[in-house]
Amino acid sequence: MGHTGTVLINITLYTVILFIGIKILSKFFDWGTAKYINFNKKSKRTLGFILGALLIAWPLVASGNPYLLRTSIIVLLYVVLALSLNLVLGFAGQLSIGHAAFYAVGAYTTAILTVTFKMPFIVAFIASAVIAGIFGLLLGIPTLRLNGDYLAITTIGFSEILRLVLINWTSFTKGPAGIPGVPSPSIFGIMIKDNIGFFYLILLMAGVTVFISIRLLNSRLGRGLIAVKDDEVAAEAMGINPVYLKILAFVLGAVIAGAAGSFFASFIHYVNPDNFNYLESVVILTMVVLGGVGSIPGVIVGACVLAILPEALRDISSYRYAIYGLLLVLMMIIRPQGIISSASLKKGGKD
Amino acid sequence: MRILETKGMTKSFGGLTAVSDVDFHIEEGEIVSLIGPNGAGKTTFFNLITGIYEPTKGEVSFLGEKMELSKPFEITEKGIGRTFQNIRLFSTMSVLENIMVGQYCRTKTNLMGAILRTKAAQQEEAEVKKKALDILAFLDLLEFKDDVATSLPYGHQRRVEIARAMATEPKLILLDEPAAGMNSGEKVEMTKLIRKIRDKGYTILVIEHDMKLVMGISDRIYVLEYGNKIAEGLPEEIQHNEKVIAAYLGKADEE
Repeated sequence: MGHTGTVLINITLYTVILFIGIKILSKFFDWGTAKYINFNKKSKRTLGFILGALLIAWPLVASGNPYLLRTSIIVLLYVVLALSLNLVLGFAGQLSIGHAAFYAVGAYTTAILTVTFKMPFIVAFIASAVIAGIFGLLLGIPTLRLNGDYLAITTIGFSEILRLVLINWTSFTKGPAGIPGVPSPSIFGIMIKDNIGFFYLILLMAGVTVFISIRLLNSRLGRGLIAVKDDEVAAEAMGINPVYLKILAFVLGAVIAGAAGSFFASFIHYVNPDNFNYLESVVILTMVVLGGVGSIPGVIVGACVLAILPEALRDISSYRYAIYGLLLVLMMIIRPQGIISSASLKKGGKD
Repeated sequence: MRILETKGMTKSFGGLTAVSDVDFHIEEGEIVSLIGPNGAGKTTFFNLITGIYEPTKGEVSFLGEKMELSKPFEITEKGIGRTFQNIRLFSTMSVLENIMVGQYCRTKTNLMGAILRTKAAQQEEAEVKKKALDILAFLDLLEFKDDVATSLPYGHQRRVEIARAMATEPKLILLDEPAAGMNSGEKVEMTKLIRKIRDKGYTILVIEHDMKLVMGISDRIYVLEYGNKIAEGLPEEIQHNEKVIAAYLGKADEE
């Protein structure tokens, strides 16, 4: 009884802390976005440069603390993954729940090509992205023609099948033991040998992903995607082929997730089917929803929060998943639109 | 030149003939209205001329070519723009963005072009914006360009929808009950607006319940009842046509 009592008190305490935390964070981000959208182009650019400079200088701060640097790399890896899912869920409005499958395809492609076939990293990296994209295409063509939840169901099915194949096709994937000894990447003669190198590599990938997302969103195709998400019937009346655009977003999301998988394999030097289970897909999905579906800064913040949280909660590790769950429930009650909603980023938009 | 023409067009669903042997045409630059009581087959007719349904008998030709069974986006590409009875604007977009979406099928930038923002893509983007602003100026919507489209008053939203249809660069614009849910002041505005659009060189087909609006704007009117064309002609002729009066008000001998 005494133990149960402590647990209840703790949970209540965490609920209150999270509640207040979310409220304060919401206020802060509301204030921030309201200020930001009224900035002129020059101020926005300056802000971007400052942020970029801070990120580039970050290893100088973090290099003294290997744990901090490693966590930073993981955070950026999740930023890439969450942004890749955001292309599908946030831009095209299609619920893909098995996104980790493409991540797995990328990781295994790199592991097998570099370990079994001794190919250079750059070849494996490109192959990972391309093969994940092909899987995306094969999965997307039949399912994205249908409306509703078919994609969600199919992607869950695909990711589970893939995981089972990875476990059971032992001659090729080494089964549950996984593939160890994935070499560090060497890109055009530059060998990445420490975590500072990995940090810059993933920072570059995150930068490219943000860049692609922004450019896509502000183009004809991005407008078409948002139109399909808003109202597919009206979008078709504008001459938009919704199936084509959905497949485009889905494949692009798969390609980026595959590239992230390739990075993961060479960073951890080891792949194993457990890295890509259903929970991994849910974590990525949660980052997008928590941050704000369709909002690029929101998804970045969401990925950061959820990637840092497990690390920050290491000291109270027995409550980790309870807090994780609580956070999601509270977010859905207090701020269902996400930390930075895509609507709040628009001038004259109501939140 | 005949923009749109149907010959002996018939559509049956099982035993029910929704549209029966209808001959119909629109000349370039005309405003033609299609009226009829509820269940007269107006919507089926609409879906037939836009290629969403295939006629059971007869045929439809658009710009002299036979209309094949098409997806809605292909119809827009061919040059038929449309609005919706229940307004369907893109709710997360500004008015300007809504209009810019209309240019989608007239532009070509692909994924690589969009990401690398090539010269051609930039040029196209600038043109799209300019065209959208021109259309907004033409429909007196310029002051609302940055507002969220669905936050505008109802009458304005209809106008944005028409602007969006114009942005697809159609030869023919289909207006599906453009005055639905409007008050009399807004209806007068809508009448003026439809004329103004026609005077710019568009051909317009209106599907409408509101008699006053129809009589005020139409060059010619077609009347459907139970899938049959019961009358066609000038507004004055339709107004005095006994079959039409009977269809709308009930027959005198039934009273």
